[in-house]
Amino acid sequence: MTTTDITDGTARVPASGGAPVDVPVDPAETQGVTRGRLVLRRFLRNRMALAGLATLVLLYALSLLSPLFAPWHYDQYDYTAFLQPPSASHWFGTTQIGEDVFAQTMRGLQRSLTIGLTTAAISIVIASLVGASAGYFGGWVDRGLMWLVDLLLVLPSFLIIAVVSPALRGDSWILFVLLLAVFAWMITARILRGMTLTLREREFVKAARFMGAPSGTIIRRHILPNMASLMIIDVTITVGGTILLETGLSFFGFGVQPPDVSLGTLIRDGSTSSLTTPWLFLFSGGLLVVSVLAVNFIGDGLRDALDPQARSARRTRRKKAAAS
Amino acid sequence: MTTFDTDVLAEPGGARPAPAEPLLEVTDLDVSFPSEEGRVRAVRGVSYRVAPGEVLGIVGESGSGKSVSSLAVMGLLPPSARVGGSIRLQGRELLGLSDVELSRIRGRRIAMVFQDPLSALTPVYSVGDQIAEALLIHGGRGGSPRAARKRAVELLDLVGIPNAAGRVSAFPHEFSGGMRQRAMIAMAIANDPDLIIADEPTTALDVTVQAQVLDVLRTAQEVTGAGIVLITHDLGVVAGTADRVIVMYAGRAVETGGVDDIFATPRMPYTLGLLGSVPRLDTGRGQPLVPIDGQPPSLVALPPGCPFGPRCPLHVATCDTAEPDLLPVPGAAPGHDAACIRVGDLVSADAEGGELAAEIYDVGETPDTAPAAPRAEREPVLAVDGLVKHFPVRSGGFFRRSVGTVHAVDGVTFDVREGETLGLVGESGCGKSTTILEIMGLEPPIGGAVRVLGADTARLSKAGRRRIRRDMQIVFQDPMASLDPRLPVRDLIAEPMEIQGYAKERIAQRVPELMRLVGLRSEQINRYPAEFSGGQRQRICIARALALEPKVLVLDEPVSALDVSIQAGVLNLLDELKAQLGLAYLFVAHDLSVVRHIADRVAVMYLGKIVEIGSVDEVFAAPQHRTRRRCSPRSRCPTPRSNAAASASCCRATCPAPRTRRRAAGSGPAARSSRPSTRGTGGGASSWSRRAAPHCPAQRANPSPTTRWPATGHASERWCRTAPPNPPPSDG
Repeated sequence: MTTTDITDGTARVPASGGAPVDVPVDPAETQGVTRGRLVLRRFLRNRMALAGLATLVLLYALSLLSPLFAPWHYDQYDYTAFLQPPSASHWFGTTQIGEDVFAQTMRGLQRSLTIGLTTAAISIVIASLVGASAGYFGGWVDRGLMWLVDLLLVLPSFLIIAVVSPALRGDSWILFVLLLAVFAWMITARILRGMTLTLREREFVKAARFMGAPSGTIIRRHILPNMASLMIIDVTITVGGTILLETGLSFFGFGVQPPDVSLGTLIRDGSTSSLTTPWLFLFSGGLLVVSVLAVNFIGDGLRDALDPQARSARRTRRKKAAAS
Repeated sequence: MTTFDTDVLAEPGGARPAPAEPLLEVTDLDVSFPSEEGRVRAVRGVSYRVAPGEVLGIVGESGSGKSVSSLAVMGLLPPSARVGGSIRLQGRELLGLSDVELSRIRGRRIAMVFQDPLSALTPVYSVGDQIAEALLIHGGRGGSPRAARKRAVELLDLVGIPNAAGRVSAFPHEFSGGMRQRAMIAMAIANDPDLIIADEPTTALDVTVQAQVLDVLRTAQEVTGAGIVLITHDLGVVAGTADRVIVMYAGRAVETGGVDDIFATPRMPYTLGLLGSVPRLDTGRGQPLVPIDGQPPSLVALPPGCPFGPRCPLHVATCDTAEPDLLPVPGAAPGHDAACIRVGDLVSADAEGGELAAEIYDVGETPDTAPAAPRAEREPVLAVDGLVKHFPVRSGGFFRRSVGTVHAVDGVTFDVREGETLGLVGESGCGKSTTILEIMGLEPPIGGAVRVLGADTARLSKAGRRRIRRDMQIVFQDPMASLDPRLPVRDLIAEPMEIQGYAKERIAQRVPELMRLVGLRSEQINRYPAEFSGGQRQRICIARALALEPKVLVLDEPVSALDVSIQAGVLNLLDELKAQLGLAYLFVAHDLSVVRHIADRVAVMYLGKIVEIGSVDEVFAAPQHRTRRRCSPRSRCPTPRSNAAASASCCRATCPAPRTRRRAAGSGPAARSSRPSTRGTGGGASSWSRRAAPHCPAQRANPSPTTRWPATGHASERWCRTAPPNPPPSDG
């Protein structure tokens, strides 16, 4: 008896020890703001998240704008410089066949970020829509949607993408993104459906129903925010995962094709000679790490901003309260 | 088994000579936890001793450190906790023992009964296995698994599980809450412990079941001769059970003494407040409850002086200079100590108990809530007529055939008129909540009719349904569960208005208005619900329900999840709002004293039917149905004597389950028509009495309770009431 209950006991202790403590209030603030603005405010308080957001925006802007100021283009060859280390004219050095690594890295960054971020965004939208409505409505909606999920899960996604992507050759990257997204959302949707099933029985959802709130509003206001932690974690993982998946596809000759580059193809090509000519892959690898980290920081910040019990958001406020 | 003393039971709180060797001696216990803001000093210098066979009650609000102090005794605190002082069990120091050594003591010498029996039992093992596990781990009397199982059956029988041999292999989910708590107690006494720590053992249970569980706890103590530490926030529980009481506040004992002394002559304002905040059956309406304003102080950085000072009505400047010590009360029985510098003033006051509380806490009179027009002339705002809700029971097989129905609500009729409060009372599982959900759902019912403000829900259009939602709102039992944890207060309160399409400016103006109305500060508008205490959260729920200016408020046990002192504040608020806004309440509760306090009329529900309905005074003066009689004894009346007497007449049956009628079992129309129905008696109260007829579905579905009742003569007599119900007594 005693051994089974340690978690119960310990879980309750801090709650009863510190819960009804009166938190100092900011007397200036009596005007109510909606959740959206409150979340924004809490997000902006989080320095790490802001840094992550700034980094990501900067990187993306840099990669988009680099053709304007960089001396070389990614598909240009400098026949005077093969495999040169970084210099004034080639900032990140050159490859074996005289391509400018800086231009290539920027191009690859732009490709990879676009693919990673859009795929993650599309897949989480599909997953939350499908998962939440399947769980919330139940019945035949649930059965139908879950049937679709199971169907997509058993399809060999890698093979299908491999078969279909040559047909999309050209500059139709958006179709490629869609293809990646279509095969990325199913497991998340299943998890979200399970969470919705439990959330649906919670009293606050019942209360909203008794207020006459339409189902769409309930899903948007109550169900999705309460699953936000999982969704955000899922997005940050998907961003990294998709970039890697795209690398794998490119390796087999699908996905991004030469002369176009992505971070994945650059790392693949550069990593073979990483000890002798590290500039070939160091920059692209570094930027990949930096951008995925930035996405993670943004995700952490968003999660803390949405979660009222998150520590960092509250601690910041206390500090402010103590200072004033 | 060693020192069983009949005096303890015959005379709770009787002055027994303290044995030389205390069973448990806690001296200067200090517990602190790290937190973001600093160390939380949850327990600050608590000392107490428990003699063998003694029941010590520890009382206090949540956060007063009562649970932490007992977990320290068990050695179950998280590793981050810092514990100081000394805990001696029969002279042996427990602090500083390793976990392995403590494990040998836990379960065998000290046993614990937890608050929530659902989470304290492992769902995947049968109850018998779990009790046997407790026996086998300590190699107690059941050396072999077979012997352990046999002993498990004995133990289950001892704690009053009917048909113990059959139920021993049942799983926890097949037990009701009360039965689970009985199983927990069986597990606790399995190894014949010297000390049982019961941490809020009855808080999660129904009032009727609470009484039974306390009875079982007392039996367990009789059998084992153990000392009991009973931790609770409910003074009613302590009153009937404990010998001595410690009142804790902000991690310190503020008053200790024999149970009679504490209840008759409390000498600390906090104890007085706790006593005054309990609604009582014997006072009835009109007398406002005593809420203790404010919140317990933060235990991180306590200011010097009495921690209760900011909430104390007797506060004077000298209170803030130093924290008072626990000193003997002048002129009181020995052993009665209080920590208050103004003890002398309280001693010289002439009023007693609750009156004194009302006096010093200076609560105003409740505003007169009786509407001018007599009841018959007022419009019914909510009328329920023969409401029926059945759930099909399906077989487990592939085709999921319907094999029967659970008659959760079986023809319920009542009406609520403008400006009145109808209390709907009954044990859990009797169909109260189903009734409410049916009403709030506004869907056409299976049978019968629901009319809200004259509109029949069966004939409502979508727009009409939305309009009606504006006039009828609900407040749920658990304020934490019914508030979306991810929404700030402003959005929570604004939600119904946004759904009804109010303009932004109007919402922005109305939200602070509502917060003021329910007594929340407007600075709290951008907080999340987790930052509020239980009582404040319930106030948010009430504000949300009032946002649309409804005519009817459905309250589903709105205070049963709250501490007693906070409960009083919420009940007073409901009273005020009713007077101010002319609301009608449908108040569902299982606690009769709360209903008595707030309701004008009472409907008693039993097994999906209304068995008794009438005005509060009529129903309480002459209870007709045995449910009511069973509910009433443990009236949470905070007077030890009346409680002890009442508990003797308490029926020990377990709660009856709603009937499952099997189709094959044939409850044909003939059987049904012979069931008694609600019929009017003199004085406007109608009642439904029942003979122990062979077709009585409760007996068929759950025969075990009846087999127990003949054990006590008067109980079976009540069950088989044959005489027509007594009319309410009339003078003259």
